[in-house]
Amino acid sequence: MATTFTLNGKSRTVDVSPDMPLLWVLRDTLNMTGTKFGCGMALCGACTVHINGEAARSCITPVSSVAGKKITTIEGLSADGNHPVQQAWIAEDVPQCGYCQSGQIMSAVALLAKKPNPTDADIDDFMSGNICRCGTYQRIRKAIHRAAATPAGKAKSA
Amino acid sequence: MTTAPVLNRREFLKTGAAGGAALVVAFHLPGSAFAAAEDQEKKTPNPLNAWVRITPDNRVTLILGKSEMGQGAMTALPMILAEELYLDWKQVSVEQAPTDPKIYDHGTGGSGSVAGSWLPLRRAGAAAREMFVTAAAQHWNVSRDTCKAQNGGVLHGARKQFLTYGELVEDAAKLPVPDLNTVPLKNSDDFTIVGHDRKRFEAAAKSTGAAKFGIDSRMPGMEYAVIARCPVFGGKVAKFDATKAKAVPGVRDVISIDAVGEGAFTSGGVVVLADNSWAAIQGRKALDITWDEGPNTGESSESLRKHFIENAAKPGKVVRSDGDADAALGSAAKKVEAVYELPFAPHACMEPMNCTVHIRPEGAEAWVPTQAPQWAQAVIAGVAKLPPEKVNVHTTLMGGGFGRRYQADFVMEAAQVAKVTGKPVQVLWTREDDMQHDFYRPASYHRMQGAVDAQGKLAAWKHFQSSTSIAAVWDKNGKEKPEASEFATAAFIPYETPNFRVEYALAHSGVPRAWWRSVEHSSSGFVVETFVDELAAAAGVDPLKFRLELIGDARKIPDFTNPKQNKPLDTARLKAVLQLAAEKAEWGLPAAAGSPAVAGKQLPKGVARGIAGYYSFESYTAAVAEVSVDKGKVRVHRIVYAVDCGRPVNPSGVVAQVESAAVYALSAVMKDAITIDRGRVQQANFNDYDMPRMSEMPKIEVHLVMSKEDPTGIGEPGLPVVAPAVGNAIFAATGKRLRRLPIRNEDLA
Repeated sequence: MATTFTLNGKSRTVDVSPDMPLLWVLRDTLNMTGTKFGCGMALCGACTVHINGEAARSCITPVSSVAGKKITTIEGLSADGNHPVQQAWIAEDVPQCGYCQSGQIMSAVALLAKKPNPTDADIDDFMSGNICRCGTYQRIRKAIHRAAATPAGKAKSA
Repeated sequence: MTTAPVLNRREFLKTGAAGGAALVVAFHLPGSAFAAAEDQEKKTPNPLNAWVRITPDNRVTLILGKSEMGQGAMTALPMILAEELYLDWKQVSVEQAPTDPKIYDHGTGGSGSVAGSWLPLRRAGAAAREMFVTAAAQHWNVSRDTCKAQNGGVLHGARKQFLTYGELVEDAAKLPVPDLNTVPLKNSDDFTIVGHDRKRFEAAAKSTGAAKFGIDSRMPGMEYAVIARCPVFGGKVAKFDATKAKAVPGVRDVISIDAVGEGAFTSGGVVVLADNSWAAIQGRKALDITWDEGPNTGESSESLRKHFIENAAKPGKVVRSDGDADAALGSAAKKVEAVYELPFAPHACMEPMNCTVHIRPEGAEAWVPTQAPQWAQAVIAGVAKLPPEKVNVHTTLMGGGFGRRYQADFVMEAAQVAKVTGKPVQVLWTREDDMQHDFYRPASYHRMQGAVDAQGKLAAWKHFQSSTSIAAVWDKNGKEKPEASEFATAAFIPYETPNFRVEYALAHSGVPRAWWRSVEHSSSGFVVETFVDELAAAAGVDPLKFRLELIGDARKIPDFTNPKQNKPLDTARLKAVLQLAAEKAEWGLPAAAGSPAVAGKQLPKGVARGIAGYYSFESYTAAVAEVSVDKGKVRVHRIVYAVDCGRPVNPSGVVAQVESAAVYALSAVMKDAITIDRGRVQQANFNDYDMPRMSEMPKIEVHLVMSKEDPTGIGEPGLPVVAPAVGNAIFAATGKRLRRLPIRNEDLA
């Protein structure tokens, strides 16, 4: 069945089973591998994307449910990696293995869109759905505060 | 693919990437930390396995067979090279070496990348630098002494002339390579890169989704596969019906593969091949399989515990005995006895296991997230019946390794499938597969007995351990002194005693075991550093003071587990990190309800502290943990580390590794255990084996000893001190001892 949605600003139509999760449509049908598979049960956040600006776990989101919606993935966050949150991630040297970081960044951007000046408690609350097995949490927290401190970090949500 | 260069080794040695001339210095880096030195020599007919290549565009490329799994080796290693070559940091890049069957020892593990590469990389950099200086002196027809390397080129001081290395490549390449053993090295006081923070090379790629992991490999015409494996270890497929699975849209085929024993340890199973991962997963759900569950269905965590207790009721095999511990315990004034228990632990890499392979009649291509590319190559070659040099293995970035990716089980499976289909295939493990078919950190049981005499000296120390050893799986001939290695540093503790005894009894299990971050140190650190705390409490002495006194005078204790390597535990360095951690944490602050005379200088209300110090991978680590316990619920607020890993090459990277090890350790202390029932793992995903979350994070402070000793391990040594420091803090808070992991509320209630 054909489903049409807007992906990183461009209209895309895919002809796949309607119950196929968006994660696998992105990764296997469209070969956009920046969004990661971690658990398949919305437990780890590695697959986080934005649907109409809200953070969503693509591994449990049937593609049929995003028909007509706007989807942003890590690849669409900025043209050249210059989104303030990405810049903050690089400045704080956050990634280790890096596998979870697409999801972490997508969650952080969604958090800043809601709360431009998040407290530590806000960060705990919003980011606790994203697992990092390398334990980069402390640097993620710093990077979110850093991004929040840049004027563009507040305004530029996807 | 951006992960690995596809190049022929002879080609790139002759010429640079741009096709022109290049100066290449080839050298040797030690590889696997697990193979005995003499074995490596035998298996390494060509000892050159790493290269520095400088091209006319003045680019410097370090080509080496190390894997990047988040530990930062691919950043720290070029820093060492850049230092000796006097490079502008921006000139350097690093490439994965192609997998070469003649070089057995590519491998990344044992916290050995920086430690093992330090001297070879310095020598290689210095050799290239000396060649450039000679070439420049010849070019200008001046004395060599008047020329010096600087900023990626050579400067002639008197004439103020400068030539870049790129400009000198052609001349320098004609010179003989200096003897790497005698080439002069830079004075470490002049270091400008080593010891200074550098951001990891691939941080940007990992912040934009551009970084390619194994799971991101895509080949034209590639099929996606998942495998149904028998949930019981050692079981196999009796029969299966794939009718319904084949009816799932997108499923292309269903095949079966056999289990493989020694050399890969796979379960075999039923393979569903499909257009995409989702269809393969759906197809697997529709399979109708009857399992032959094999011989291990009687095993459970309870049966294993019973087995441990039965073992502990009998004398174990004596691993080490100094003096007469039993006699000293019999006559001791103050005697302490305690039992410690640790469960199986999974690696739970964020990127589940996967492997992408295409086997053709004339050769094979594979994208493998592996810590052991040669092993992967050998496995694929064996299945494909091809010579290894016909198997091109691309080592990809890894979404975590922690020892799990030193295995080749996931490679074997993909090779078996690819051999049958003849098409490119990616075998993907789901989280459930990854959690239930790991090679786990062994479960272990420790009975400790100790005695303190009237003067507060340690009169005796006796450690009995029964475990499901790794050696029983991998080292059946016992070449590597398996019992001793199960104890790690517990077989040569820093606490002085005339009566020291270590006994071991193997526990049999069908559960696969292997190297988990810090390996045996993860259990030995917990046991030794908790038990010494118990003795301190029995003696009524402050735990820090007690440790420092028992460590005693500065001395070097031979590594009992590996006496051939002359790398002893230096008690002065261990003491120094204990003292540094204590100083930075202000050890000795009174509790909140304590003396009003020091108001304002006391611990936050409800917070108590514990300390631990430990030696592993030739590094020294101490930690002070601050915890509070409310109705059996433990919260870790802060961990203050002091770390001596020799000279920190990239201090920011070292700190990141310690922070990472802390969280990895907290997972096994605070969260869940892998438990066994009817021969299978009971946990499946992050709902029943959860990870520490952002909201549970303590503040982690890492203080580095700015040592001038050669660098030692750092990927793992941050881990062993966490469990005892937290447990000792729980004791300080509640009077209850943490003697089994993970923490269970009922143990503290």
